[in-house]
Parts: sequence; C-alpha cells; structure tokens
Amino acid sequence: MSENQEVSQNRWGHLRKVLERPGPFSHPEFEPSSDILDFIMSTCKVLVIGAGGLGCELIKDLALMGFKQLHVIDMDIIELSNLNRQFLFRHKDIGLSKAEVAAAFINKKVKGCQVTPHYCKIQDYDETFYKQFHIVVCGLDSIVARRWINGMLISLLNYEDNALDQTSIIPMIDGGTEGFKGHARVILPGISACIDCTLDLYPPQVTYPLCTIANTPRLPEHCIEYVKIIQWPKENPWGIAIDGDDPQHITWIYEKSLERALQFNITGVTYRLVQGVVKNIIPAVASTNAVIAAVCATEVFKLATSCCVPLNNYLVFNDVDGIYTYTFESEKKDNCLACSLIPQNLPVEDPSKMKLKDLIELFCESTSYQMKSPGLTTYINGKNKTLYISTIKSIEERTRENLTKSLIELGLQNGSEILVTDLTSPNTLTVRLKFVNNHIET
Amino acid sequence: MIKLFSLKQQKKDGESSPKANNQKKASAAQLRITKDINELNLPKTCNTEFPDPDDLLTFKLIICPDEGFYRTGRFVFSFKVGPNYPHEPPKVKCETQVYHPNIDQQGNVCLNILREDWKPVLTINSIVYGLQYLFLEPNPEDPLNKEAAEVLTTNRRLFEQNVQKAMRGGYVGGTYFDRCLK
Repeated sequence: MSENQEVSQNRWGHLRKVLERPGPFSHPEFEPSSDILDFIMSTCKVLVIGAGGLGCELIKDLALMGFKQLHVIDMDIIELSNLNRQFLFRHKDIGLSKAEVAAAFINKKVKGCQVTPHYCKIQDYDETFYKQFHIVVCGLDSIVARRWINGMLISLLNYEDNALDQTSIIPMIDGGTEGFKGHARVILPGISACIDCTLDLYPPQVTYPLCTIANTPRLPEHCIEYVKIIQWPKENPWGIAIDGDDPQHITWIYEKSLERALQFNITGVTYRLVQGVVKNIIPAVASTNAVIAAVCATEVFKLATSCCVPLNNYLVFNDVDGIYTYTFESEKKDNCLACSLIPQNLPVEDPSKMKLKDLIELFCESTSYQMKSPGLTTYINGKNKTLYISTIKSIEERTRENLTKSLIELGLQNGSEILVTDLTSPNTLTVRLKFVNNHIET
Repeated sequence: MIKLFSLKQQKKDGESSPKANNQKKASAAQLRITKDINELNLPKTCNTEFPDPDDLLTFKLIICPDEGFYRTGRFVFSFKVGPNYPHEPPKVKCETQVYHPNIDQQGNVCLNILREDWKPVLTINSIVYGLQYLFLEPNPEDPLNKEAAEVLTTNRRLFEQNVQKAMRGGYVGGTYFDRCLK
C-alpha cells in the first residue's frame, strides 16, 4: 500500500466504517463495499444550487464528506451583510460572485475537491446541463427558483409505456430556513411529492389589507407599505420602480413613512425596518442554516451510497423555544400540474397533411379522450404558443386560422408536446407527437 | 429499495455553455394559468380580452354590471400573472376611473382575495366573481375612497347620483371622472 493511499484511507476512515461494513442502522438491502467510497469520490456529481447561507454550509459539508465532483450555481454577488454567516467569504470578496469565491475557497482548503462554479441564473442553463448530475441539492430562498428546478428535473424523467425509467430520476434535496425555523425534504421526481404538489404549504408573504394601509394604519409596517404601494406610484420620485438596493430610494420611503407615522401617532418606523419591509428581509440565523444544511448533506450521502433509508420525506425544524423537530410524509398530488402530467404518445401518420382541426376532432371523437371543447397550447422555441382555445372569444378569433394549418405549418415537430385542457377532466393532458413516418426533417 | 444509479455509471456529460430559452416545457405558473383560462366560466356581465393569444399571463377583464349602482357602466381591469402564480395572486388594477368606495384614483382595488386572503386554490374565476361582487355590493366598511364610502353610508340616494354623474363623465367633489357608459 503506497503512502499516499494510506494517508487517504486514514483521512476517510470514518466513512469507510459506515460504507464497508453493515451496521444496526443500515438499509436492509445495503451491500457494504469499498466501491461505494470510490463512487462518491470519483463518479458522483452533485449540484448545489445557491451559495448563500445554506449553500456555504452545504458545499463545506459535502466536500468534507468526500464528494469531489461538486458544482455550485448562484447568480448573486457577495454583500457586506452576508459575512456574518456565509463563512466562505471575506471582506475583500465583496462585489465578487458567490459561486466563484465559494468554489475557490473550498478547492484551496479541501485537498482533492473540485468545485466548479457557475455565476449565473439557474434558468440560463438547459437540460443538457442538469442531466449530468446524480443529485441536486438546493439552498434557495425563492419559491420561483424552487419551482423552476423542480419542473426541470421532472422534464428529465423518461417514461416508457407509462412506466417511469428509474435511471432518469435525479433526486432533489431541498433545504430552507427562515430565522429560527427550517425544513429539509427529499424529492424523488415522479415518485414522491414535488414542490408544486405542496405549493399550499409555503407561508404566504405577509400582506396587509389595502384599506387598512390607506385609512386605518396601526403598525409602522402599515405606513411603509402605504408609501410603497400608494405614494411611490403616485409621486414616482425617480420615474422608475422601487429598487430596494438603492439607498436613495430607501431614504425617500423612510422619510415619507415617518411623516405618515407621525400623522397617525405611530412609533417604530426606522431605516432598518423600511429596508426590511421593502426588501422582504427575514433575519437569517447561522445556526439554523448549519442544522438544515447538515440534514440535507446527510440525505445526499444516504442517497448516493444507499447505506441508510433516506428521509421520507419532509423534516421540519424549529428552535425558537427549545428544539422541536418532526418528520412526515408529504403526499404526491394526483392532479399536480408539475409532476402528474405523464406525456402520452400520439402517433401521427402524416404531419404535413394532418390539420389542427383533425387533431381536435380526434380528441373529441376518439373513445379514449371524448372531450367537449379542448383548449390546446404548446411550447415552441422557449415560448408559449396557443394553438386553439374555443372558450375565450378574443383568443378563439385569433387562433381560428390555426385550425386549417397542418401540424408542420404550425411549427410542431416530432416529439413536440401539446397540453390539452378540457372541461371533461380536472387534469391537463400532455400529448407527445410521434411522427410515424419520420422522414421529414425539421 | 429504489436503485437510482449504479456505482459505475457515469451520468452523461453535460455541456456547460449557457443556452438560454432552450426550454422545452412550460413553467408551472404557465401550466396553471392555461388551465385557469380554459376553465374560465364568466358571468354574462363579464368578458376577457387577450391582446396576444400566446401570452395568457396578460389580459383585461371587462365588467358591465346589469344591476346595482353601476348598471350601464363599463369597467376595465388589467390582470398581470407573475411567475410565482398561484403562490402569489395576479396583479389587478382598475383601468377605468370609477367613483367607488373600494377603488382609488390610481386603480388600486381593495379586494381581500387580491392580497391578504389569497390562497393558491383560488383561480382567476374567483377573482372575476370577487370583482363583480364589488360592483353589486360596494363595501363602505373598508374604504379606499373615503369620501365615497361616507356618502354611501349617510346618503344612498346621493351616492347613486354621484355614481351616475361619474359614469356619464364629470366632476364629483373635486375629482374628474371619464365617461364610462356602455
């Protein structure tokens, strides 16, 4: 055994204890082997989304757990206020990309680890990028971003004869924190509840009734919201939308809010509160991030190695007062618009002859569909396209001409997906066109 | 146990060059609004107008009440559905100047389900009914236009006259209203 190997075996000794022998907590079907450590260190590719409070913890945790093929994606730059908890960043890094600085830091500190940074939005990459990963772990603060990556991973699923090809599943582990509260969940796209299945679970943004804000303010927040919603659009001091990062804007809102607060004898309007309300800031707590990231990293490890039963599938954590934590299984929604739309193949003999009205006729007359007035939309070149909707007059008038166009003329291709909604079903149907005689190059 | 990947299996290497707009699928918000729009069941006093049939996220709702204070009027609302729909409600503004206790001169509408009581289970249809209800039963309890609310509680006849005056086009108090009769 070479010296190098010995050092590395020592270094990962704790992992080998878990992966190379069975234990009381290991998965019943777990087969201990030295190949597993190899897999983690040389093959398994993990994508960390977000390099903020959770992201910094996640990258550090995963790197120290032996994962070497890490990618991190974040569109943000480092700000002064991040430095108290985003420990991969220093004062000199302010203004630089979070992803790039975090990657460089880990690559320097953790021997053998290769973190690849991506300084961009998740939406800037397409499926060829996301397909390369074994596992995706998210430390995000936005629901839009969660839903986007959720939709992306679902679109990568492969169905053959309505049966899910399990090798096309990329598990997603989602962490989130808000002050002293947090959650971690394991999503197996197509198998367990996805982000959209449980959309109702996310707390709504704090909003106040408009009439209270306008007439009977009682809280300093009411005064700030008034300036934000009513006074700014009316007076529009700079002729643009509010920019929460512009100190001039915040100062203007602060001064106007103070005036209004004075008028109604309300105290407590401060510059910081104004900033908080305008930017929707929830104070971040470093220890909550550490706990949630640790849970998420452990789940990545469990999924990658199959050594233990993964979290099924939702953990909540709260340490506002003592510590409370609980896990439960959130259920997959039967009519979830994101994950229940399994595309059904529709063979098309001659797409240059088949007209849209023929397709609609098929949906109405075929015994397997029996629809009444289906609405058809599709997605072409990254844009939504309404093919035909009969129930809305202004849309019907402008899409009527599509009826006599052939599928080719409409820009549809072999493999194009058409979304069909109809009043006969609460579910949306996804139909994937299969050109039978696919000799027409598109 | 679900075997997600074999230990030796390398995932297909992806290309890391950014390729925007190459998405093949509609977003979750887009899917949901498509469903909402298809299932719109409008009362006969309401109509929608989509300036671009491919863009279901931007449209107008026209309400022509056939009873109550506002019958014979025609009121236009603009709807903007964001990427976080239905977690967040659409942004709705009244584009017609209207003398109404719950609608102000900037077009802000005070309807609970547009803000604090919005739930993801609600649909565009719920909002349509909510708005229609505002014209049948203006609510002076939570006013945005305080003067109008006060008139409505103290003198219903005067309120009715003011509404008529505003809809025909003219001044009510110090405010000028554009004509909005059907």
